[in-house]
Amino acid sequence: MALHFELVTPARLVRSEDVHMVVVPGAEGEFGVLEGHAPFMSTIRDGAVKIYRTAGSEFESIDVRGGFAEVSASGLTVLAEHVEG
Amino acid sequence: MASLKELKGRINSVKSTQKITKAKQMVAAAKLRKAQAAAEAARPYGERLAAVMASLAAKVAGQDNAPKLLRGSGAAQRHLLVVANSDKGLAGAFNSNIVRAALAKAAELKADGKDVEFYLIGRKGRAPIRRAYPDNVGRMFDTTEVREPGYAEAEAIAAELVEMYEAGKFDVAHLFFSRFKSALTQEPTRLQIIPVPTPETAEASDAAVEYEPDEEEILAELLPRYLKTQLFGALLENQASEQGASMTAMDNATRNAGELINKLTIQYNRSRQAAITTELIEIIAGAEAL
Repeated sequence: MALHFELVTPARLVRSEDVHMVVVPGAEGEFGVLEGHAPFMSTIRDGAVKIYRTAGSEFESIDVRGGFAEVSASGLTVLAEHVEG
Repeated sequence: MASLKELKGRINSVKSTQKITKAKQMVAAAKLRKAQAAAEAARPYGERLAAVMASLAAKVAGQDNAPKLLRGSGAAQRHLLVVANSDKGLAGAFNSNIVRAALAKAAELKADGKDVEFYLIGRKGRAPIRRAYPDNVGRMFDTTEVREPGYAEAEAIAAELVEMYEAGKFDVAHLFFSRFKSALTQEPTRLQIIPVPTPETAEASDAAVEYEPDEEEILAELLPRYLKTQLFGALLENQASEQGASMTAMDNATRNAGELINKLTIQYNRSRQAAITTELIEIIAGAEAL
């Protein structure tokens, strides 16, 4: 039960790993993505992407600016212009 | 025949030139490695964005409410040629190749009765393009302040282009830069950037994708970002090309200097020998006369 998560900026591939859940600050509200999520596309507002490595663990947050998220069969891809931290 | 002292001076000056070209070659080699790594690192983002763009654009294309950046302004009269050059020379024909490609396109457009305007990035393209089209050079983007043009510059350029486009200053924009093939070959390339050409769809996914907000809004936000990414990619390719061209040019220069030094050294030794022989003959002749 793992979701493949990728965080990409123009400068580099920041993350590419299997995680439990990611909460993304979508333009119309936060949404969590688990494995097997339906195909989905959303712009995201500036804010923190929260990554839960395993169920019930503490989340790790990464601040992104100017982003866009895509969920497909292969997992979640967040394209961000800037990443802090 | 040059005197011995003159020859020695020339040999020394060629030697110091060779030192400079050799140093520049090594610097270029190191920078090339860095530039290639940067281009490599930027690839995943560009690919993903292009894939997303392709699937979205295929859905929205042909509709009247498609964003203007995708649809075009409905005319093709005024062309903007965005020419990306470097700020420094010593890179062989790198800059002049790009400029030549841009000028050829400009001449072609002019022949078709279109209006042409230039938007210049980098310092090295200014003089030759100004000479050819003194009245058509519009804005110039200065990159002399930064060491390596990066995403921030691409962002600024894209913002300026979009603003000009929204204000109706041009209908079509072409980008000229040098595509990096290898350290030996760089290819001057033209790319239409506005209106954004629809990327070819690699895989037509028929999965029902949900959009938030709707397709048009996402696309409207994505288009400027796609433009930035393309400019960023072009800047990176240009940098790698510049360093590659510089490395090759400096390698040639170093080799030529070496040849010249050899030739001069032979000439120097011969003249020295001739001088010694003449002196000896004089002494012997003097001794015999006594």
